[in-house]
Amino acid sequence: MSSNAKDLTNLKVQKELLIDGNPTFGSVTNDVSRVVESKPGKLWYLLFGISVSLTLMLFGMIGYLFWEGTGIWGLNNPVGWGWAIVNFVFWVGIGHAGTLISAVLFLLRQRWRTSINRFAEAMTIFAVICALLFPTIHVGRVWLLYWVLPLPNQMAMWPNFRSPLLWDTFAVGTYFTCSLLFWYVGLIPDLATLRDRAKDKISKLMYGIFALGWRGGNRQWQHYELAYLVLAGISTPLVLSVHSIVSTDFATSLVPGWHTTIFPPYFVAGAIFSGFAMVMTLALIARKVYNLEHIFTSKVLERMSWVMLLTGSMVGYAYAMEFFIAWYSGNEYERFAFINRAFGPYAWAYWIMITCNVISPQLFWFKKLRTSIPVLFILSIVINIGMWFERFVIVMTLSRDFLPSSWDYFSPTIYDVGILIGSFGLFFTMFLLFLRFLPLVAMSEVKGVLPEADPHHGGSH
Amino acid sequence: MSLFRKLPGVVLAEFESTGSLLHAAEKMSEAGYEKYDCHSPFPIHGMDQAMRLKRSPMGYIIGTMGTIGMIGMIALTYWTNIYGYQMVISGKEYFSWQAFIPVIFAITILLSAFGAFFGMLALNKLPQLFNPIFGSDLFAKVTDDGFFVSVECDDPMYDEAKVKSFLESIGGKNVEVVKGE
Repeated sequence: MSSNAKDLTNLKVQKELLIDGNPTFGSVTNDVSRVVESKPGKLWYLLFGISVSLTLMLFGMIGYLFWEGTGIWGLNNPVGWGWAIVNFVFWVGIGHAGTLISAVLFLLRQRWRTSINRFAEAMTIFAVICALLFPTIHVGRVWLLYWVLPLPNQMAMWPNFRSPLLWDTFAVGTYFTCSLLFWYVGLIPDLATLRDRAKDKISKLMYGIFALGWRGGNRQWQHYELAYLVLAGISTPLVLSVHSIVSTDFATSLVPGWHTTIFPPYFVAGAIFSGFAMVMTLALIARKVYNLEHIFTSKVLERMSWVMLLTGSMVGYAYAMEFFIAWYSGNEYERFAFINRAFGPYAWAYWIMITCNVISPQLFWFKKLRTSIPVLFILSIVINIGMWFERFVIVMTLSRDFLPSSWDYFSPTIYDVGILIGSFGLFFTMFLLFLRFLPLVAMSEVKGVLPEADPHHGGSH
Repeated sequence: MSLFRKLPGVVLAEFESTGSLLHAAEKMSEAGYEKYDCHSPFPIHGMDQAMRLKRSPMGYIIGTMGTIGMIGMIALTYWTNIYGYQMVISGKEYFSWQAFIPVIFAITILLSAFGAFFGMLALNKLPQLFNPIFGSDLFAKVTDDGFFVSVECDDPMYDEAKVKSFLESIGGKNVEVVKGE
């Protein structure tokens, strides 16, 4: 062990260390498993209580919505897509960072991703569940939702595969399933770790069942690694396609301000931007609450801020380009849509969006700011507020369409607000349960990037 | 108890590090053992070559599943638009395939993912909740920081004493015999 420790200090000089301190395989196991094995503190119960209450409120309001119909929302004639669609796009976007971290950075061999990858993926799944909720309840007559699936029925009708809303069903549904499988495949070795450490009968049984009898033999790892690689490989084009398809909900319409080809790349950049901000928020909370500062290192956080700077700048560029093209197109409706966004009745929302999404990420140019934990935490929340407003601004383009006589201003009702807040409750309920029962860091992957994991480490081979 | 076949007992030996496990794997395959495995908490780079394993057939499984998904979805969109329920939208042809690419792509990906997931489980014979190897208390370390070689007792070269001494000679410690059923 002492020779290993010496080698570690040498290695620090040669190449950067991904995990701080002097971790061994055992210490990684202990640090991560201890979170699950110890009883949660008061803070956990408090947060869980709040989240569950909000979730119950959400279910109550959805129940009322089913009974009464979408009239309980502030929808009006031009604005038929209220907050439900804003929230849908917002939550799907949040999810994208998880897949980016778990799949795209895996393919790019960015090994710093290992510490944040597990809970970023968990975040993806929970965010996509919240996202799927909104189009589901937005259809109004939920009991007819099966119409979006190509099922033989007594009406001899089939879905219209040309519709972007149907593309959404397939794209987001596939996205959810693939993310879930990817996440679970990553969890198997870690569930086996918890199984082998479990003391009481129930955890032994539950972790035992979900670990599927994993033995860590190389004959298993061989297929496992390839499955993981391929899941990463297919998730990468998938994640890019999902938000592109979500953007076509808008872009294939004829509404001025929506009908633009810039939407798919701009939506994808925005999704990654907001998702990284959410991962940052959650990581900062988790590392503080569970003392995992040496695993979620400041280096990882700094790199995440680079990604936010990059995607935030792309988003800012897209806003500018939208405006420029609206002017350059010479189309008066298009021009009006954008001038109306910036100076019309929703100007307040537009400038919140610009401040949060264009100006605030530029602060990451300063090393002092991007390495400061409080600044990162505040900015990550600011960015998410901004990204919610981006979708709000886009959807509210509807409020002033071609015919001034049909213009109307959208005001949310208590049910709009309650369901949005409730969706956060649902998200955090699932996330807190995840922190309680599943390893929040991919132990086997973190061990794999430790210097001792290299068989040629220390010249023993 | 296994439903399908009796699971063989194993001889288990612990190794110190990834390097010594890799080294042991080379010796094992050189000596001609076939039914052995190298257990570690994470995949070790170069282990497949050291154990002289054949390439995993996962690629074929996933490729087949993806192709089925793609062809299936092309067939479904074609059939529903030509025979099932014809719709004229923007004066386009009934089978306007360009608009169907998103759904075809999604289902191709979906079935590939199923191929990757269920293919991996099938090739690894998972779930297999019981295995005699779990009878070893020491083996619990494999998901923490332990490195093990296991030799199944139905290996053609199996001879308990010989295997034990061989494992010790290549650096194995805590050699242990785990009985099958």
